[in-house]
Amino acid sequence: MNPGADQRRLRRRKLEESFFKVLMGVSIGAVIGGLLLIVGTIVWKGLPALNLSMLTRTPKGGYYLGREGGILNAIAGSFYLASGATLLAVLFSLPVVLYINIYARKKSRLAPITRFSFDVLWGIPSIVYGAFGFILMMALGLKTSLLAGIITVALLEFPIMSRAADEVVRLVPRDLIEASLSLGATRLETSLKVVIRQCLPGLLTAVLIAFGRGIGDAASVLFTAGFTDRVPSSLLQPAATLPLAIFFQLGTPYPEVQQRAYASAAILTVLILVISLLARGLGRRYTRHVVK
Amino acid sequence: MSSVRLVKNKLAKKTMVVLTGVPSFLVLLIIAGLYLKARPILAGQSFFSLLSSSVWAPSRGRFGLLPFIMGTFWVTLAALILAVPVSLLSAIYLSEYAPARFREIAKPAVDLLAGLPSVIYGVWGMLLIVPLVGRFLAPAFGRQSSGYTVLAGGIVLAIMIFPTIISVSLEVFGSIPHGMREASLSLGATKWETVKHVVLKKGAQGVMAAVVLGLSRALGETMAVLMVVGNIPRVPKSLFDGGYPLPALIANNYGEMMSVPLYDSALMLAAGVLLLIVLIFNVLARVILVRVERRAA
Amino acid sequence: MDSQAHISVRNLSVAFDGLEILKHVSIDIPDRKITVIVGPSGCGKTTLLKSLNRLLDPLDGVRISGEILVDGESIYDPGVEVTHIRKKMGLLSQRPQALPMSIYDNVAYGPRLHGLRSRKELDALVKHYLRVAGLWDEVKDRLGEPAARLSVGQQQRMCLARGLAVGPEIILGDEPTSALDPQSSQNVERRLIELKSDYTVVVVTHILRQAKRIADYIAFLYLGELVEHGPAAEIFANPRDPRTRAYLTGEIS
Repeated sequence: MNPGADQRRLRRRKLEESFFKVLMGVSIGAVIGGLLLIVGTIVWKGLPALNLSMLTRTPKGGYYLGREGGILNAIAGSFYLASGATLLAVLFSLPVVLYINIYARKKSRLAPITRFSFDVLWGIPSIVYGAFGFILMMALGLKTSLLAGIITVALLEFPIMSRAADEVVRLVPRDLIEASLSLGATRLETSLKVVIRQCLPGLLTAVLIAFGRGIGDAASVLFTAGFTDRVPSSLLQPAATLPLAIFFQLGTPYPEVQQRAYASAAILTVLILVISLLARGLGRRYTRHVVK
Repeated sequence: MSSVRLVKNKLAKKTMVVLTGVPSFLVLLIIAGLYLKARPILAGQSFFSLLSSSVWAPSRGRFGLLPFIMGTFWVTLAALILAVPVSLLSAIYLSEYAPARFREIAKPAVDLLAGLPSVIYGVWGMLLIVPLVGRFLAPAFGRQSSGYTVLAGGIVLAIMIFPTIISVSLEVFGSIPHGMREASLSLGATKWETVKHVVLKKGAQGVMAAVVLGLSRALGETMAVLMVVGNIPRVPKSLFDGGYPLPALIANNYGEMMSVPLYDSALMLAAGVLLLIVLIFNVLARVILVRVERRAA
Repeated sequence: MDSQAHISVRNLSVAFDGLEILKHVSIDIPDRKITVIVGPSGCGKTTLLKSLNRLLDPLDGVRISGEILVDGESIYDPGVEVTHIRKKMGLLSQRPQALPMSIYDNVAYGPRLHGLRSRKELDALVKHYLRVAGLWDEVKDRLGEPAARLSVGQQQRMCLARGLAVGPEIILGDEPTSALDPQSSQNVERRLIELKSDYTVVVVTHILRQAKRIADYIAFLYLGELVEHGPAAEIFANPRDPRTRAYLTGEIS
């Protein structure tokens, strides 16, 4: 045994560990620092632009060149669009998720095939949904409108909601479902009265996540929802959205218009943060009350 | 049982069956739709000649997609080179070294990063990264640049895919049995050696899947990259050149596409190519992950 | 008792997130004997074992007080090198933990880390310890295969070889046969008995009959307290504490 060599070797091993620990610290610092930097920059630029008038008035004199007014067009448009899209997505994804988890027989291939489809749809970039939405729009004879936007964003949100809901409904113990069925309930009643109640927090989280994704996406509404100064008063009118409000108004020569872009960015960021925290909070409540 | 309840159940079931066919149907519909719209341009020129030509002059009927494919390639590569080491090291730190309290702050932070919309990254990129590249990084390498470069796109994109790689890697590391780590430690290994020989070795496939998922996310990102990458329809020759990835091409030109013949068809083809690439990587990642899960079970 | 203490535990208390797992445990583990720690499940046996090679360290929310001396040196001293302590002890877990590498690399893992590079020496080492663990004949033609392909019993013997290959003085066994079939269990027990002439062995088990078969020294742990300890023959014949008696007769398990 050579104690000197042993000591040196040990020191080398520890040095290697320390080296990588430093790299790890830098990395995690970059990640968290990145988050703080991004949110901080947006808030720093956008907060000064936020005031009551900004939030309650629409742009006067055109959104690109008009130096007065606010971003009500985008705020209202985004809310209408995201709400409509989320509702549509829920209407289509909930039955599917309930079916593959409660109705389908164990041996049927429907569940794995459907889940695979969810995965495929989930990975499709939003710009492709936008392009497809555009094709659909033309085929249906729609012009750029709130409705076209809602349909496209619903397509985008559908796999997100389905996957999140599926993860939650899958966890419902088989015994619980069977207990309900053996009490004489139909599968429908079991689904509605037992499963949904059991999964409610998780499902709400899924809705929140999908909503957040839908309201923040620009590429899908770029072709389909159009843009306008006004708050849409019907489904067939074009609608402004916060992401596009940022995108279109950032490159302007007028600082007042740019302010609208920054204000939109700040509002959108804060909105997403709130949704994220809400979803997290709900998620935690969910795991506490799950029947095992 | 009352017949009303039975009828309701039957109706609901029928509706559900139909709706369950929707996801699969949708996938096919999207692919079909894009293909149909892209057919006009494919009728005139072969798929491969479109992919390999670097001449993009729509008004002259030239729709070479090579600059955009290369633009996508370079920006994504830059993003991966930056993101993989940082994400992997962060995931290792969070999984193996971080105290529980730090993990409780870091995990939500990573999720928040994942939820930020693409435009927000784009704004930030324009405000901070573009000047960083234009005023500091480019001159440091002896280049003149406005900052709207492939590099800027790569940096912004890298931050966007941190959460993807980190969260999947964390899941992978979490599935490695604790006893294996204990066995390594009991033999006198340091924690880092345990990470090298046990965690990373056992988790290698899963980490690969995480990277592939990050890659496919990067391929599809539109707004953020579009806002910082310069949008010059030429094959980029260096990190400090402007680039023009496929998603940006589609997003930027939807306005003109109806006015120039075959333009819309070319853009739909581009969307189809993008979809194809992303799908291949996504399915690959899923296959790997399923195999990893099955082995852990 | 004429054997000297290899390990001395003094007033050891361990708590996880405020929950006390071990309460003021003091015991001397005799040199080159098999000491078996018995007691009902969840009473802190594994915690006690893991505190000996400082495997409790990485766990969150753990609080350790008291002292553990190995060869007279306190192992929880701030200046102590943890990998050095762990090298002195080989751990055999309940479920064999094959590292994600070949059989050869598993056994050679420890020695390689500690600096052994020569292929010839490693070959000899791997062969020797696989022999000692009674596994050599079964694997000598497939040393390069992934260790995960071995049966559970074979893996456990490989883990024994692996643990011995770093040259420990002490062998720790955490229910080392509870995941094995009777044949492999017997095998492992026989090895442990053979090994005690060169190593101090500390085994945790909830199988009383196993304890009767192999123990020289018994420690009875109940609800985190060290109730009684002493030479095996004495404890089995004449338990002093009523709780020990209750456990030995099967009233509490």
